[in-house]
Amino acid sequence: MKILIKNGRLVDPASNLDRVGDVAIANGRIVHLGDQGDFGGFEAERTLDATGLIVAPGLVDLCARLREPGHEHEGLLESELAAAAAGGVTSLVCPPDTDPVLDEPGLVEMLKFRARKLSRCRLFPLGALTRQLQGQALTEMAELTEAGCIGFSQAEVPIRDTLVLSRALQYAATYGYTVWLRPQDAYLGGGVAASGAVATRLGLSGVPVSAETVALHTLFELMRGTGARVHLCRISSAAGVELVRAAKREGLAVTADVSINSLHLSDVDIGYFDSAMRLTPPLRQGRDRDALRAGLADGTLDALVSDHMPVTSDEKAVPFAEATPGATGLELLLSLALRWARDAQLPLQRALAVVTAEPVRVLGPALGSLSASAGRLVEGGVADVCVFDADASWSVTPEALASQGKHTPFAFASSGFELPARVRCTLVAGHVAYEAA
Amino acid sequence: MLSKRNPQLNKHGELIHLLSTEGLPRAIIEQILDTAGSFLSVNDREVKKVPLLRGKSVFNLFFENSTRTRTTFEIAAKRLSADVINLDIARSSTAKGETLLDTVANLSAMHADMFVVRHSESGAPHLIAQHCAPHVHVVNAGDGRHAHPTQGLLDMYTIRHFKKDFRNLTVAIVGDIVHSRVARSDIHALSILGVPEIRAVGPKTLVPGDLRDMGVRVCHDMAEGVRDADVVIMLRLQNERMNGGMLPSSGEFFKHFGLTPDKLALAKPDAIVMHPGPINRGVEIASEVADGKSSVILPQVTFGIAVRMAVMAILAGNEA
Repeated sequence: MKILIKNGRLVDPASNLDRVGDVAIANGRIVHLGDQGDFGGFEAERTLDATGLIVAPGLVDLCARLREPGHEHEGLLESELAAAAAGGVTSLVCPPDTDPVLDEPGLVEMLKFRARKLSRCRLFPLGALTRQLQGQALTEMAELTEAGCIGFSQAEVPIRDTLVLSRALQYAATYGYTVWLRPQDAYLGGGVAASGAVATRLGLSGVPVSAETVALHTLFELMRGTGARVHLCRISSAAGVELVRAAKREGLAVTADVSINSLHLSDVDIGYFDSAMRLTPPLRQGRDRDALRAGLADGTLDALVSDHMPVTSDEKAVPFAEATPGATGLELLLSLALRWARDAQLPLQRALAVVTAEPVRVLGPALGSLSASAGRLVEGGVADVCVFDADASWSVTPEALASQGKHTPFAFASSGFELPARVRCTLVAGHVAYEAA
Repeated sequence: MLSKRNPQLNKHGELIHLLSTEGLPRAIIEQILDTAGSFLSVNDREVKKVPLLRGKSVFNLFFENSTRTRTTFEIAAKRLSADVINLDIARSSTAKGETLLDTVANLSAMHADMFVVRHSESGAPHLIAQHCAPHVHVVNAGDGRHAHPTQGLLDMYTIRHFKKDFRNLTVAIVGDIVHSRVARSDIHALSILGVPEIRAVGPKTLVPGDLRDMGVRVCHDMAEGVRDADVVIMLRLQNERMNGGMLPSSGEFFKHFGLTPDKLALAKPDAIVMHPGPINRGVEIASEVADGKSSVILPQVTFGIAVRMAVMAILAGNEA
């Protein structure tokens, strides 16, 4: 289908583009970008008037769980990819903690095939780093990569055995695969809330900052020995940000992300045991949140992720410690990126960069031919586009979300959060994947 | 974020649930202690009953085993003429897979007026209070490490009985503070009542430095902790803490942090010694001290019934 997006404000952080113009799309690709006109007889079958709207690259989310296979009561590929499209997300990375775990090429192929059929959002699975995520035996990383995995992860299961971790990094480094790890020490990380005044007062078991910093120190030391490339998932503490900053200064091949929850909330928001705030990593103190915001602004943290995790009401209507951690997030990613930039007085370009060009840079060559055009607006590149109204403001009513997960700390009724920006239209490979009613 | 209203109070600032001593207005604590005082005489009468809760049903929901606390709540409710139903849920419905809220919904359908809840998870009574029918009152009888407000209030009653005024006291709480709901409830109540010095005493594994956030002075030395104290509250040391994870042995703990006559001699001459019970003789407290003239451990139990009567009577008089 030939689509013309007319008269929008074209914003692309990767090329520092910010101008009013048209985008012409044919055969899934952007064939013209910029000046308005008839561009050599382009006959649009569909014209979208983007006057007053922003036309940006589709968002790239480095952490969203779809819950299939194995957890269909929490989320379906169909509902969660629809949520992605509604949030302007055109590519997402999913961790391997499905049931069964993504440690077999066949499973990965099946998942990719089913996602492609839905054509709502591109899906980039992470393969399991160890079989069954048990932290003992390595998976067939090369086979899994051929099947479509873009990196290898332990999801929420830290490797306890340092020798296994070292070998996993060595083996991945052999092929240049990136290892995605959330830095958390298996022993120190057993609590349900961040150690500190709130956890102490509420009598909740704590996760000390050292759970993150001990894991980071271990990882960096092993990276120095193995030359592995590591992406650090969801840094949660000020001390963690500082260690990542030092590692980058040293020249280690490391990138890092932060979740929308840690970027906007702190442990004080737990209030009276609000299970919507039961998250991993746990919400830390205000000073940690401030450091995460600064780290994302200065590039120490490369990307912002939704940390999307659909959870049922039954799994949240239990005492805090027993609640399943996680929150829905795909439909909030754009708004919370813009809200962060607005609060921090950063330009729109930076807000969009942390959810488009920067995550694509994190993915690097693993994206193959897409790495040249995903997360950016470029002539000849894939037409993954998000059209949104930056001036709209909205508040989250959980029932209105496309995701099967209705639990979010940002629900208006409990948080009073007002969010900027609404997605009007999402295009994936030149197809309309979402259009606001 | 929106500031959240204290879920224990209705819009008139009256007590509708007792979930924690944290954030209780001082006037409500004093009202409970005064009311408890008037109930003490009931306990001395030949017919130990008043009709304040006649026709009301009090359900004791103990998701965690307890004999002592459940019994004192049962006695208190019966002395108020309530019908008392004891449910030992640790061994029944949740074992069959029923969720906490389903259990509560079912019991609400049986026209309960008050739930007395004990649960191993911090915050469980808050969850019940949020989801139960509006006319039902929830009393927290101990949740995880979080709170044990009636114990905290009976401790306040005991201190007031023996010391009269809170405003120049030094109170030392000794032992496993980090896992203790009693300690948390005592610390909040003591702060609200104006105690200028509250000390938390024990080894670093049981008394971590971040307890300072609760406004206490942290002491890792028993002599420093009890010196010139007016009140010494000893906590029960749970068996599971003694097996090497947090303490090497009960013997070493007793040697350094157990309350012996020698250590007690460092406190003020008229200091009182309290303990929420059940006591471990020779682990946290020496028999000479537990049975000695400074000990007020048994009066605490007696006051506990009056305080629980007061809490239930006040709750029953307030509407959501």
